[in-house]
Amino acid sequence: MVAARHRPRLAVWKFASCDGCQLSLLDCEDELLAMAAAVEIAYFPEATRGTIVGRYDISLVEGSITTPHDAQRIRDVRQRSRVLVTIGACATSGGIQALRNFADVQEYASVVYARPEFINTLASSTPIADHVPVDFELRGCPINKRQALEVISAYLATRQPVTPSHSVCIECKLKGNVCVMVAHGTPCLGPVTHAGCGALCPSYDRGCYGCYGPKETPNAPPLSQRLAELGMDECTLQRVYRSFNANAEPFREESERHGP
Amino acid sequence: METAQPTVLTTEGLEGLLGALRRRGYRVVGPTIRDQAIIYDDIASITDLPQGWTDTQEGGSYRLARRENDALFGYAVGPHSWKKFLHPPVLRLWRAERDAGGRRIVPEPDPDERFAFIGVRACDLHAIAIQDKVFLQSTQVDPHYRARREDAFIVAVNCAVAGGTCFCVSMNTGPKAEAGFDLALTEMLGEEEHRFLVEAGTDAGCAILAELPHNSPATTDDLCAATAIVARTAGSMGREMRSDDMHELLLRNLSHSRWDEVAKRCLTCGNCTMVCPTCFCTSVEESSDLAGVETSRSRRWDSCFTMDFSYIHGGSVRSTVRSRYRQWMTHKLATWFDQFGTSGCVGCGRCITWCPVGIDITEEVNAIREIEPQ
Ligand code: SF4
Ligand code: SF4
Ligand code: SF4
Ligand code: SF4
Repeated sequence: MVAARHRPRLAVWKFASCDGCQLSLLDCEDELLAMAAAVEIAYFPEATRGTIVGRYDISLVEGSITTPHDAQRIRDVRQRSRVLVTIGACATSGGIQALRNFADVQEYASVVYARPEFINTLASSTPIADHVPVDFELRGCPINKRQALEVISAYLATRQPVTPSHSVCIECKLKGNVCVMVAHGTPCLGPVTHAGCGALCPSYDRGCYGCYGPKETPNAPPLSQRLAELGMDECTLQRVYRSFNANAEPFREESERHGP
Repeated sequence: METAQPTVLTTEGLEGLLGALRRRGYRVVGPTIRDQAIIYDDIASITDLPQGWTDTQEGGSYRLARRENDALFGYAVGPHSWKKFLHPPVLRLWRAERDAGGRRIVPEPDPDERFAFIGVRACDLHAIAIQDKVFLQSTQVDPHYRARREDAFIVAVNCAVAGGTCFCVSMNTGPKAEAGFDLALTEMLGEEEHRFLVEAGTDAGCAILAELPHNSPATTDDLCAATAIVARTAGSMGREMRSDDMHELLLRNLSHSRWDEVAKRCLTCGNCTMVCPTCFCTSVEESSDLAGVETSRSRRWDSCFTMDFSYIHGGSVRSTVRSRYRQWMTHKLATWFDQFGTSGCVGCGRCITWCPVGIDITEEVNAIREIEPQ
């Protein structure tokens, strides 16, 4: 029964992104054979030269929507996919490139490109869920490979993936870390940030940078007040919420409370 | 229990105690410095103890500081509690395999170690007693907790300093270790002396004490000195809270406006429940592998501050910050009495110190008490 299982077809798609999440998937070296046995990797440009034909049982989508062409292409991907999972901060919130949402894209383009008239881009960078229905969102910049395997394994076993949406603090405490904010006075976004990384930065004596975006019920204003007491000025406060998940609503709102 | 006269040990005698425990097969754990805090971990000798260090604690702040003397136990409790050993943060319960022959359930073996805890404070003795009640004295005995707790050896320490967020006196849980230990130490440090008054609480404690070197009977002066140390600590608590009417006070104020006020400050991060030595809640998680041949079930500490915690069909029952903070505080101080017959708070102060924004359970209770709507 185990061997006879139909291998679901898996595709990995790339939109506006740095490929870091795809690399996290490739980083599952020890599990790649098991993965290839469990699913048919039908399309994965970072790993193989497969072509886009037919339909897919599960699509992992990396990247945000930043061009009119991509806004069209994601509809095609959705139509070809039974289950669509977005992976990473770009796909789930718009990514670091969503900083354009706070600025004038034309102005950026004129500074960056020699011939800006060839640039056909949207005024904003938006998450996949703003364009098509998404079945599951996996957070992180980049995603955690253990969580990626969890999502695929859960899909194969038709169960819910275990990717809790509580704070990074809980992961931090499960590991027995000493809180860097309380014991060292290091600013940390852990209390408002979605778990998933295993409290990576606090485990190495740094504050959390918020790579996994806002947690389930973030209450950013009191945290900002604490960060200010620890010496953060308004400008820095605005910037800490404006990184990989700048466009995620609670972080966007909080950043806007500290400047334009 | 044989009655043993209180004894005085030198620091060499204390080192001898650690050795004797190790020879009996215990894994000896106690306070040590890591990442600028005093945490609990394995200790090989008394040189691993935070000698000459203390801590400064306030709401949301903890700093190590140098002491003027070489005390080995001159600090209050830190971010860890003994529950990390007795009720581990993440624990696999069992796993299962599937092969051509069918399914096989593989139970998780019991740990093959016995703990000796060095430096357990009075508040934490009460916390352990409370978790004993939760895990061992109900109709459902928790085998995982029992396996770790049953043979544990406890060396208590009477507190010589109170932390900035301590309030054991208010909760009647300290600073003197009254019960629940095998041995209890009081550290006595003077110009020329560095000694420990030792009281035995069990036969196991008596037996081990009898074989220690550098051990002499305590004099009346020693006993008086030890009593004075504890009395001085009792007089310098960082926090205070009236606790005799907690159950009624909180349960008649479930609609108090203070819950809305604290909800504006609370991050629902869950740190308070993680550091609390009595909070016992867990969540059970399943995992399965890619090939679908192995699965396992584990449990990990959970918190009433998460949304999943109160998730029932259709959503979370406690979706607001207000309802989650109120659940935490009323459980600790009020409904715990209904459930287990005691308070769920022992006044250790950890939730105050380790709350990133310094929310203070004593201040919240006092605020509710001050302005009670008629
Ligand atoms: S270090 Fe950061 S993530 Fe860890 S408990 Fe403290 S605030 Fe939370
Ligand atoms: S509620 Fe706070 S003070 Fe009371 S036992 Fe728990 S952590 Fe300690
Ligand atoms: S306060 Fe919350 S986490 Fe702690 S024991 Fe009660 S319900 Fe559980
Ligand atoms: S009281 Fe403090 S530690 Fe507890 S959930 Fe709220 S902010 Fe976090």
